[in-house]
Amino acid sequence: MSTAMTSTSKVPAEAAGGSLRFYGVWLIGIIVLIVLPMIFSSGGLLTSFSLIGIAIVFALSYNILLGQTGLLSFGHAVHYGLGGFAACHMMNAVVSHGWPIPLPFIPLFGGIGGLVFAMIIGWVMTKRAGTVFAMISLGIGELVASSSLILRSVFGGESGITTDRTALPKLLGWSFGPQLQVYYLIAFWLVLSAIAMYALTRTPLGRISNAVRDNPERVQFIGYDPHVVRYIAYCFAGFFAGVAGGLTAINFEIANSALLGAIQSGLVLFSTFIGGTAFFFGPILGAILVTYLQLGLTNLTTAWQLYFGIIFIGIVMYAPGGIAGLLMMHRPLIRAGTLWTVIPSYFVAIVPTIALACGVILAIETVARFSGGDAINLFGIAFNPTSPVTWIAAAVLVVGGAFVARLTWRRIAEAWDRAATVARDRGYLA
Amino acid sequence: MTAAIEVRAVEKRFGNVGIIRDLNLSVARGERHAIIGPNGAGKSTTFNLISGHIAPTSGEVKLNGDLISGLRPFEINRRGLSRSFQVTNVFARMTVWENVRCAVLWATGHRYAFWKNVDSLPEVRERTAQILDDIHLTHRRDVPAGLLTYAEQRELEIGITIASGATVVMLDEPTAGMSNAETERAVALIRRLTEGKTLVIVEHDMSVVFGLADRISVLVYGHIIASGTPEEIRRDPKVKEAYLGEEAH
Repeated sequence: MSTAMTSTSKVPAEAAGGSLRFYGVWLIGIIVLIVLPMIFSSGGLLTSFSLIGIAIVFALSYNILLGQTGLLSFGHAVHYGLGGFAACHMMNAVVSHGWPIPLPFIPLFGGIGGLVFAMIIGWVMTKRAGTVFAMISLGIGELVASSSLILRSVFGGESGITTDRTALPKLLGWSFGPQLQVYYLIAFWLVLSAIAMYALTRTPLGRISNAVRDNPERVQFIGYDPHVVRYIAYCFAGFFAGVAGGLTAINFEIANSALLGAIQSGLVLFSTFIGGTAFFFGPILGAILVTYLQLGLTNLTTAWQLYFGIIFIGIVMYAPGGIAGLLMMHRPLIRAGTLWTVIPSYFVAIVPTIALACGVILAIETVARFSGGDAINLFGIAFNPTSPVTWIAAAVLVVGGAFVARLTWRRIAEAWDRAATVARDRGYLA
Repeated sequence: MTAAIEVRAVEKRFGNVGIIRDLNLSVARGERHAIIGPNGAGKSTTFNLISGHIAPTSGEVKLNGDLISGLRPFEINRRGLSRSFQVTNVFARMTVWENVRCAVLWATGHRYAFWKNVDSLPEVRERTAQILDDIHLTHRRDVPAGLLTYAEQRELEIGITIASGATVVMLDEPTAGMSNAETERAVALIRRLTEGKTLVIVEHDMSVVFGLADRISVLVYGHIIASGTPEEIRRDPKVKEAYLGEEAH
């Protein structure tokens, strides 16, 4: 009995110790969001930040399904897109009826749009998890995407539904015409949504969702209906996807069928997985990286989707925990103080790995630009895609880089094993 | 007094194959009841039928006098029947603490709540800590269940099963695959944790069965051929012939 007492009293003490650091992380995040446009104030960057903010909300909502509840959806953009349409219709209704609803409340209606549709289709969808759920989500995604082109009065056909965000009632003198004001609106909803979604993971429902992810059979024998758990989780995911869609509608002042199509559904899966589904912050990293790459790569190369594919396959095969998983792997080593034994092997591996990457890039761009004839500009060096010199350079980099890189990767693995063993011996779980 | 579990004329067929035929079983409240029988006799199927994992083809199962056959597992669990699994069946990626806590949540009335912080529910925390202490896993509370040793996972399995405070506990081969020392520890644990509850246990280890059970039922080819005290079972000629004959002398 005495051990029970001590273990009981230890629990709140630990929670209190971690909470200071916990709130610190959130506070830093909020400060960064506020300060960011003051440091990087160009219009292009503001637009990028806005899109990244939306992508983070969307990816976090997707992780309620994939990471928290173990549901692989191929149609999550349905809720995102419907949220966007709901927001556009709401904005137009506010303007035409003269309702006193200012713009910052609009994402809520986007969320309701996403939620209502989730409540309608979710019950059938979440009856089963696994392959059945994945297939139905794909079907619903295609169904809604094609309906959006047929039901013209609701979705506006090919051209979509347009709106004017500045026509809504002003709030505190903000018209939301300038991108900076839109950025802050998105940042506000990002913080609100992220806190809400994090809080959700800490509720009885959130934890039971994890249990359903790990073992839906066993959940039934501790009193829970996994179907209900999946359904409620699905509704939350639909709501926050709708919020993200509403923010997109505000940002672009348009909602069209592209918002709810398979490409959007694919991108959010992609961001979430690359970021890492096992940690709450994983999808945040993934959304930042994928949106940044998407915006940056489209200007550089026509083959940008190919690079996405390569990154995705690489992560799935070699780092299924995503970026967050790779980062968090280091935590026990840091705690045990053995990280320094691994770092040198990283530096050794950098050079051949970059050489390999350059070879792959050169090879892809040679093929992509062969008939166009544009020069490939890699680190300031111009390569002619029709010249054999370029082909040989690409081949040497790929083959040589791969050969040397594999050796260095093996050294990383060996160094890791040693460091992790020491960390385990010192009582830190690896 | 109504029996804790009453199985009446239950039959289970998979296609044309009858796995369970005319199964009758009665377990009194507070009784420790063991089900024994050769491999493939249908012991696990019997567990699955009672706990709602599968529905009987015909016949009825009653829990404390209420009909439960045809209900789903979580409905039966909410009525106070909890079971463990022969193959360890825990939440592998969650910590030991969270495994037990999840099993406490429904019984403490928190259900699907998404407006409460799970870490600040005092009765959940205390009960979880108590269970962890009971199953001697307090020192492993932050370890993912998938990383526990086999014996520890079996103990966690029992912990999850009793966490809801169910009055009827069914354990499916809790000591399977354990060493002698581990088995002894597990039996002591089961004896202590099911104090005052109804226990139904499937077990192959005869020393465990005869040491623990108040009554024993012998299942052969999906049919209970004998039911009685350990002494009666030991003497029963049908049992000797069908089962004990080659294993215990």
